[in-house]
Amino acid sequence: MKDPRLMEISVGAFVAIGLAALLLLALKVANLAQFSPPPGYEVKAYFDNIGGLQVRSPVKMGGVLVGRITNIGFDSKRFQAVVTLRISQIYNSIPADTAANIYTAGLLGEQYVGLEAGGDDTSLVAGDEITITQSAVVLEKIIQEFLYSKTTKSASPGS
Amino acid sequence: MTGLLVGLGRASLSVFERLGRGHLFLLRILLGLAALVRRPRLLVVQVWSVGVQSLLIIVVAGTFVGMVLALQGYNTLITFGAEQSLGVVVAKSLLRELGPVIAALLFAGRAGSALTAEIGFMKATEQLSAMEMMAVDPVRRIVVPRFVAGIISMPLLAAIFTAVGVLGGHFCGVGLLGVDEGAFWSQMQAKVTLLDDVVNGVMIKSLAFGFVVSWIAVFEGYDAVPTSEGVSAATTRTVVHSSLAILALDFILTGLMFN
Repeated sequence: MKDPRLMEISVGAFVAIGLAALLLLALKVANLAQFSPPPGYEVKAYFDNIGGLQVRSPVKMGGVLVGRITNIGFDSKRFQAVVTLRISQIYNSIPADTAANIYTAGLLGEQYVGLEAGGDDTSLVAGDEITITQSAVVLEKIIQEFLYSKTTKSASPGS
Repeated sequence: MTGLLVGLGRASLSVFERLGRGHLFLLRILLGLAALVRRPRLLVVQVWSVGVQSLLIIVVAGTFVGMVLALQGYNTLITFGAEQSLGVVVAKSLLRELGPVIAALLFAGRAGSALTAEIGFMKATEQLSAMEMMAVDPVRRIVVPRFVAGIISMPLLAAIFTAVGVLGGHFCGVGLLGVDEGAFWSQMQAKVTLLDDVVNGVMIKSLAFGFVVSWIAVFEGYDAVPTSEGVSAATTRTVVHSSLAILALDFILTGLMFN
């Protein structure tokens, strides 16, 4: 390449393409746009067992994403896991007696918190606690119970 | 027996000698970095010959690596009914390993060998000595711009490789194999994180690879025996040593980042 101007342009284009690729990776692949949580309010929920729930796991209501989990801790007085849910400001009229359950997306999918609306007239506000909770389903427990019921059933006719 | 011992000692001494010379040479390069500020045009020319010229092979290779990842991943995931995770598989493996590593291997073969051959022939044809005669430091004039251009180009090439690979995986997975497009992107976006995958994976790794490959390439060229055979041997050494260094360094970096 003899023309120095053309060379400079191609170098500039190369750097621009490289940075654009990086931007694509950050925005489209890593989804940077969702990184800073939207304005919202935080409520707490206590669970006996949270299974595989993680920080940043989704909080869904009727299958729609309404927030994310911002913190998971352990309450050493109640011996329960305490999960902080951050719900978007636009969903500010969720009834106070809403139930929180831990579900699994699909058979092998990630776990999320599903909210089921109650009938209370007052709404959840920042700092509230969701009292009606249901823990994650632990597969081993179910298998254990199933086997236990099987053995007791097969043992009873003989006795 | 004595001959064996003598040979062994000589071989290990020459290894240490080259290692020491390589590091002293790196020190000379780093001390000469400031000279580049006064002559940025030298750098632009080298970014063109090192980076822009490697663009085609990077784009083509990235597309095919992404496509083959999607194809293989799909065949494995479909047996679990989890083909919706294809986006995660393609993006994570490209960002963390394949993108920076394959881009660096291609870079070593395409640009590193050219750097060594160029500097080696300059030495063989006594251009470097001629520069010294004119009181021009060949390290500052010839080596530093090439070294810096390699370090600048490598992360950009790795980012392009990865981005093109993800798009290739998208074309193969969504376009040809019929994976749901929404699931492909949303699963990917849910699982890929900026710090762990994009910054640590692509940026830090490829910066380290660019540094090592450029260093080996300019050192081998500058240290080459100034004959045709010497330059040819130096070029071979550049490709072999950089490839091994990339793979070994990748293992260490992966261990440090994603343990």
